[in-house]
Amino acid sequence: MADLLIELFSEEIPARMQARARADLKRLVTDGLVQAGLTYASAGAFSTPRRLTLTVEGLTDHSPTTREERKGPRTDAPEKALEGFLRSTGLTRDQLEARDDKKGQVWFATITHEGRPAADIVAEVLEDAIRNFPWPKSMRWGAGSMRWVRPLHSILCILSDEAGATTVDLTVDGITAGNTTRGHRFMAPDAFTVTGFDDYAAKLRRARVMLDAEERESEIRQQSENLAFARGWQVVPDEALLSEVAGLVEWPVALMGVIEDRFLDLPPEVLQTSMKEHQKFFSTLNPKTGRIEGFITVANIETPDDGATILAGNQRVLAARLSDAAFFWENDLREARSGMQAWAEGLNSVTFHNKLGSQSDRIARIAALAREIAHLVGADPDQAERAARLAKLDLRSAMVGEFPELQGTMGRYYALEAGEPDAIADAARDHYSPLGPSDAVPTAPVSVAVALADKLDTLTGFWAIDEKPTGSKDPFALRRAALGVIRLIVTNKLPIPLSDVLTNIVNKSDLLHAENEGGVSGPTPVQYLPDLISFLHDRLKVYLRDKGIRHDIIDAVLAQDGNDDLVQVVDRATALNAMLTTADGQNLTQGLKRASNILTQAEEKDGVEYSFGADPKFAETDQERALFTALDRAEPAIKTAMKNEDFPAAMTAIAALRAPIDAFFEAVQVNTDSQVIRRNRLNLLSRIREAGRQIADFTKIEG
Amino acid sequence: MTSPNRPRSFQEIILRLQTYWATKGCAILQPYDMEVGAGTFHPATTLRALGGKSWAAAYVQPSRRPTDGRYGENPNRLQHYYQYQVIIKPSPPDLQDLYLGSLRAIGLDPMVHDVRFVEDDWESPTLGAWGLGWEVWCDGMEVSQFTYFQQVGGHDCKPVSGELTYGLERLAMYVLGVEHVMDMPFNDPDSPTPLTYGDVFRQTEQEYSRWNFDQADTEMLFQHFKDAEAECARILEAAETDSAGRRIPMAHPAYDQAIKASHLFNLLDARGVISVTERQAYIGRVRALAKGCADLFLTTDAGGATA
Repeated sequence: MADLLIELFSEEIPARMQARARADLKRLVTDGLVQAGLTYASAGAFSTPRRLTLTVEGLTDHSPTTREERKGPRTDAPEKALEGFLRSTGLTRDQLEARDDKKGQVWFATITHEGRPAADIVAEVLEDAIRNFPWPKSMRWGAGSMRWVRPLHSILCILSDEAGATTVDLTVDGITAGNTTRGHRFMAPDAFTVTGFDDYAAKLRRARVMLDAEERESEIRQQSENLAFARGWQVVPDEALLSEVAGLVEWPVALMGVIEDRFLDLPPEVLQTSMKEHQKFFSTLNPKTGRIEGFITVANIETPDDGATILAGNQRVLAARLSDAAFFWENDLREARSGMQAWAEGLNSVTFHNKLGSQSDRIARIAALAREIAHLVGADPDQAERAARLAKLDLRSAMVGEFPELQGTMGRYYALEAGEPDAIADAARDHYSPLGPSDAVPTAPVSVAVALADKLDTLTGFWAIDEKPTGSKDPFALRRAALGVIRLIVTNKLPIPLSDVLTNIVNKSDLLHAENEGGVSGPTPVQYLPDLISFLHDRLKVYLRDKGIRHDIIDAVLAQDGNDDLVQVVDRATALNAMLTTADGQNLTQGLKRASNILTQAEEKDGVEYSFGADPKFAETDQERALFTALDRAEPAIKTAMKNEDFPAAMTAIAALRAPIDAFFEAVQVNTDSQVIRRNRLNLLSRIREAGRQIADFTKIEG
Repeated sequence: MTSPNRPRSFQEIILRLQTYWATKGCAILQPYDMEVGAGTFHPATTLRALGGKSWAAAYVQPSRRPTDGRYGENPNRLQHYYQYQVIIKPSPPDLQDLYLGSLRAIGLDPMVHDVRFVEDDWESPTLGAWGLGWEVWCDGMEVSQFTYFQQVGGHDCKPVSGELTYGLERLAMYVLGVEHVMDMPFNDPDSPTPLTYGDVFRQTEQEYSRWNFDQADTEMLFQHFKDAEAECARILEAAETDSAGRRIPMAHPAYDQAIKASHLFNLLDARGVISVTERQAYIGRVRALAKGCADLFLTTDAGGATA
């Protein structure tokens, strides 16, 4: 048994690529070792900005010797066939063995594959891993032809056991593997040798390199919290930034600075975004004032002045950045107070999509739609329209020009500054939401109206110009828009007749109406609307599947009338899902499907529809009569429950049919000789089918 | 930050960089005598990055970015500024160390400062060029661009050049501890005639800002763009041999016209007369010129062609 240590030492690896690179190195090397016949106990991968490291413990010394048996030609086959066989096996005739086979004697060869030493296999596997490493972007350097993420300087590759460490014999494009590495670029630049992973990690630490990214993260977190705590402040948590910063330093040293008073009037989102995006600073919050008043920067070095020079420099850079931000903010506020007319005009010249007009055109469509659907979401139509007209004006502000991620956030500030009420200002901030499957859904009516209008306009627009998502390509994020529509409707329980609304949008918009002169060329609404609705239904399935509702249950519900009302669909599916998890529910489904199958077969055979006139007087058995009674009771109960949209009650009512249906099928043969009785029973089955159909299409339910 | 090693003026920083890179074996060239947007446009970088011949050069390049004009009022933004450019082909294995040495030379000691290499890939759509590298941060400020050229003019760079670009004003302001570029000492503050950056450039920043934004004759600029484009194409298509029968392809004169076209485009952009959709088309036209020049250069001696 031996332990393997690999380090690939290079110029600075981009922080965002390190986690993936660790996993790739581990996978490529361990897979390669295992394929070559070695086994190992455990493996771990690490990274710093300048190195990728892999440790493999408990690696076998050799791959096993294996024997392969191969069947050749018959002993009486022509000489040529035997020669070919000898060539392919690399053996001589006296090494072959003649054995009896079904059709006579056949030559057999036994080929022995000698096991190979681990070092040879490691050399081969590592070279292969280096040459085929899946970096997102790689480069050449100097006069060489090798590719790596940045210039590769050295390879450390040693196998160690009780007897000591051996360097693996390996040269890749002029870089020969050795047993040395280097410490921190500035604090410990000299090379040193290592004998194994523990020795390596310990010596690196002495050389001011913390090998483990997780350790660097927790170190940064702890140092930052200590610094903030000492001042009575709190660090604003930011996991993404933390992991990025941990990929930028080998030896993290957190330093805390104070934001100058003159910048404290800037919105906190501006401070935080500017510090994070430009400087990779963490924000610190003063809980007493509720404001962001400080920052934490993480240096990569311990200095004789305890970071004073570094902190002063960072402070200066931040001041220059925030001066810019303050300049943007003040200019923007002036424009906001004067009514934002210049921004509105500016959006005329911003193309949204060359077939769908400018941002201004789009805003006009969204405003009209927001007004139109306002009553459906409980919003004031004037407010909804006004909010839609203002919601995107911040796209022309200097601040959003600098920090696009602040769109909406700035819109809210500027709308308030322009004297708009909260409901309208909030819509500017919230109308982009929800952006994913789990972020917050707006609930304020005006915000909901604008958010829905925005997404519905996007969907109808891109469907009209036939730019639908295909496969993994969804450049206009239409799946996200559709999911947004669904979440807005379902979360807010909005009674929105989807296809009516969509038809209405399309009919009112000249642009989207291909039949109209000057409209976009593309499919006609008659062609694309059903497609768009089924796209929304597909997204709904994905949404519900994530909530644990089976796709066949959703299909069963979508096959019903009323599938235009997504809230109803979700409620029905949820109730049905709950019922089907019970034994009663499963048996009931069987019964309903059996009834439906028998009926469908009979209807096909007889060419008539059995849908009326079942009469208890033709009932022959108690079970038949009991089913009549049960249906008499269940039918109105289901009807009432469905009318009141009380789906659990409907489920209870239909579930009561389970026992009578089971008993009926147990006792009665539907297809009996007497035509009168057969017809009567088929008509009875039809009542069962109808009872089920009121709730869902049970034939679509699996199992 | 006072130390005996600290430079005292803008020009001292330039002189120290010149001396440093001269001792490292670079040919110290002079600025290219045309209007360019960045030091990369100097043929000593764009063209010399092509082909197999070794190369090492360093120079100051005055650079013009008309849209960045702020009438001399913004503490950091200028429509005319200086870049310091180093290009070495093939990129030496110790290029990072050489670079860090240049920071020491101008008084930035990496043992006291926080110097970091932060991912930043470089791309010039007008030159059809890209490379991978970093922006170098000193105490959170970007002080240089560090790039390994992968392609120029659509051609793979073999060998690869290492390119360093220092934004001189910003770097010098940091080293000298100055808040506003116009306040920065240009020569030694103890000189008989001490001059600030503002003494030298404030008025020109105002004049050019006005001309760039309000006055430049766009009709004329459009015409000049067309002229430069046509002349570049004509030079590229000219016969390789002259009337005396000598083979002299004219890669550099053609490239001058490409540079001109590029700057004219920048001027038109600053005047706001190029729409978003047209922008891409103009960039594509300049790129086509640069690519033609690169193709032709590779057939020349300096481009490594063996006759």
